[in-house]
Parts: sequence; C-alpha cells; structure tokens
Amino acid sequence: MSELSPTTSPRWRPPTIFGSHQLRTIFLVAVALYLVWSLSTLQFDSQRVLRGFVRAGDIFARMFPPDFSRSKILINGMVESIQIAIVSTVLGIIIAVPIGICAARNLAPRPVYLAARGLIVLGRTFHELIIAIFFVKMFGFGPLAGVLTLSYGSFSFVAKMLAEDIENMKMGPVEALRATGAGFLQVVWFAVMPQVLVRQIGILIYRLDSNLRHSTIIGVVGAGGIGQTLSAAFSKYDYDFACAILICIAALVALGEFSSDHIRRRLR
Amino acid sequence: MTKPLLEIAGLTKDYGTGQRALDSVSFAIESPQLVGVIGSSGAGKSTLIRCINRLVEPTSGSVRLMGTDIPPLSRAGLRRMRRQIGMIFQEYNLVERLTVMQNVLTGRLGYVSFWTSLRYRYGEEEIRHAYALLDRVGLSGFENRRADALSGGQRQRVGIARALMQRPKLLLLDEPTASLDPNTSRQIMQLARGVITEEKMPALINIHDVALAQAFCDRIIGMRNGRLVFDGDPADLTRDKLADIYGGYDDNPAPIAQEEPA
Repeated sequence: MSELSPTTSPRWRPPTIFGSHQLRTIFLVAVALYLVWSLSTLQFDSQRVLRGFVRAGDIFARMFPPDFSRSKILINGMVESIQIAIVSTVLGIIIAVPIGICAARNLAPRPVYLAARGLIVLGRTFHELIIAIFFVKMFGFGPLAGVLTLSYGSFSFVAKMLAEDIENMKMGPVEALRATGAGFLQVVWFAVMPQVLVRQIGILIYRLDSNLRHSTIIGVVGAGGIGQTLSAAFSKYDYDFACAILICIAALVALGEFSSDHIRRRLR
Repeated sequence: MTKPLLEIAGLTKDYGTGQRALDSVSFAIESPQLVGVIGSSGAGKSTLIRCINRLVEPTSGSVRLMGTDIPPLSRAGLRRMRRQIGMIFQEYNLVERLTVMQNVLTGRLGYVSFWTSLRYRYGEEEIRHAYALLDRVGLSGFENRRADALSGGQRQRVGIARALMQRPKLLLLDEPTASLDPNTSRQIMQLARGVITEEKMPALINIHDVALAQAFCDRIIGMRNGRLVFDGDPADLTRDKLADIYGGYDDNPAPIAQEEPA
C-alpha cells in the first residue's frame, strides 16, 4: 500500500489513553503534587501517632492470654452470625434472580430494563453499615436488622453480577430456542441458565463468604451476631475476651475462604 | 391449483438506519423443494429468512405458510407458528453446556408447558423420535455427550436433529455450511438434502457457495441490494445471471455493503 515517506519519524511510541504524551506527564505530576499537598494539610501529629503505638502495646498486653471462659456467649454469637449470613444470602438470591434477569439489556424490554437497573443502582448507593443503622432504628437491636441489611446488600450485588453475565452470554442459543417457539421462561431456563450457571454459583459462594465477614461487622451497630458481642467487650475494656472473639472470627473467615475456594475450583 | 406451501408477497424490511434490507420481495413455493438463496453479503438473504419466522420483524408485506399470514400473529400465535418452522444456523447455536439429547429435545419446547419441559416429560413417543433422529443424522450413541465436546460437523448434525424434532412444515437454513470445511460442508448438504426429500417439506437455504447451491438445490433465488433479481432453475444460472446477482467481476467493485445484523 502506501510507502513509508522519508519524513516519517522512525521513533514510535504506543498511543496513550490521555491523547498526548505531554498531557500524560502533566497528569502524573499533578497527582504527585496533590498527594504531597493533602498529606501536609491533614496535620498528622507525630507525637500523637507515637502515643497511639504505646497504647496499642498496652492493649495487646491486656489481650493475652485470650479469655475463652465465657464460651457460651461466644458460641451463641458465632452461631447467630452464621445464621444471619446464610439466611440473608438465600433471601438476597431469591430477590436477585428475577431483578437480575430484568436488568439484562439483551433480554428485557427497555422500560423494564431501566426500572431494574435503577433498583440495583439504588441498592448500591449506600454502604451496608449505613443500611444497618437504618434497619436497627426501624426494627430495634438484634439479628432481624442484620438479616435485612445483608439481604439487601446481597440482592443488589448478585443482581448486578447476574445481569452483566447475561449481557455477555452468546445470543445464538437464545435465538435458536425462540425460533423453536419456546416461551420466555423456557428460553431463560434452557438457553440462558446453562450459560451463566457456573459463574453465578461462584459468585453466590463468594457472596456467602463475604456475608459471613460482614455479619461479624454489622453487629457493631447493633444488628446482632458476634459483632455485637465484640463491640460490647471492647467498650467494657474486656480485652482478653475481645481477643478470643477476634480469634474465632478469624478462624471462621479463614474456614469460609478455604471452603469457597475449594468449591469454586471443583466447579470448573 | 392448491394453495402454495409458502407464499411471500411484498416483503419489506427497513432497519432503523434508513437502510432498506428487503425491498418488496415476492415469491411462492408450490411444492416440497429446496430453494437456495444466493447473493453477496448484505444482499438481504439473512434478513429474508429471519423475516419468515420473525426473528426479525418485517416492516411490511405478507408471509403465508399454508395459508396463515405470519406478520399479524399475536405472541401466542407466533409461538404456535414458530414451532412448525425448523431453523438451522451457521454457528449451530446449540446450548453448549447441555448434552446432545437435551439440545435435540429443545426442539419440542414450543409444544409443551414450562413445567413439563423442566421435568423432561416429553412422552415416550418423542424420546423414541429423538433417538431415531440421532440415528438418522449419524450420531447414535452420542446422546449423553456435551455439545461443546463435538466437532463443527457433529454440532450441525445436532442442529439438524433439533430442527427435525419440531416435526416442521418448513425448514429454514441460514448458511448452514459457512463455518465448515469443504468436505464436511458437502456431507451436511447431503444430509439436509436427504431429510428434506424424505420429509417432503419445503426448505429455504441461504448459501454463499454457488457451486454447492447448484449441486443440491431444486431452485435458486438470487438477491441483490434487498431485491429479488433471479428466480429459476439452477441450470439457468448463467455467467450473465451470476454477474447480475453479484455485480460481476469488474475492477471497480461497488462499495462494500453494510453488514447485516446477525
């Protein structure tokens, strides 16, 4: 085709997303300057940081040995957290599947798609902790608020992932099944579900795992589970008991991580 | 004379872009025969076939299958109509994670309720029919293989079995051999030709390969820029007629036609 003209520079650099290389340099310098400036305005007091370290040493000293003697409270809290995690995952999924299907652009008509997307965006606007505070105000302290909070979080997360997965699937089988006269539910069950199932199960297990972790946190604002016990222990300077709780939480999360990894690998 | 099996009149399709993909296409199929549709990419072949079972909604015109006009049908009416029209695709369009048998049985979905299809209660007769079809397309013993474990030729055989599972009154084939090597293409064409003759049904096939079309079709329809420019016997397809359809082999080819949506 066209000859390389003698004026073409032999120096070649890959194009950048910034449009020009000067612009990229300016951008990077600006980021660096901003970081320096914001660190200087936050007024980190080195004395205060040092005192914090000293206090941390004191706390850690009082944490050991961890106190497992109040095992009944501990076990009750853990069991409640696990229950909150499982119930809210299941509830979240039940709501998420229909909304997720409605939020897939390639399956749902435009108004349905927009409504479902709006619902998901709304669901993802606030962090679970804020929702937990809200539900605790509505329904009082205890696991009900926790279950509602985590169901809500699971719903918007799973629905979003499901919708995105459906939008990335192959449309060929869907078209083929429509051409046989299959109804909407049949198309979803026989052409959509087989294409997204494996990845969705992975996502559900991940969500169960993260609900397990979240369920230990939301107790801090009073939404039940081991977090509530932990928060109480800290506020009573009961550091050795708090340490026992932390060890149990760590063990539970590690166990969840390990088994979800294991299951996901077997699904491939 | 009896009513034609398939009668298309004034079929027109405008895509939103203002491009006229089909321009008042009319023809009729009076007796069971294999009709080959040829033309360059973007000539409207795929749109024509998809406007018949309304995978693409036609803008205007009529499509009568055994007297019933398809474009005005309601959703339920369309479902009942579609289950009588088998379709075979270039990319096979099997559900890859399902087994061969599950894929073949999806051909029955239009005939049963969701709940029945969930439990695979299609009835003994249909299961026997499915086994017979697998045997006919040369895949006996493959029923529990997963579709993604098959070769291209084998997948298309499953596609043919799925379409026949519908006990169709019309077969639509959209470039069924375009993703296959020449040898496999001939085998698939032989198979398709065979079942169409056995079942005595009309069939419409989009095909790029003119030699293959001439070898297997009873009749050829040539399309260019959305218009029907040839309709006749494969033997009448002379060099001049081919030049009409494809625009000849001149040094100054027409600008590349816009892609049709798949």
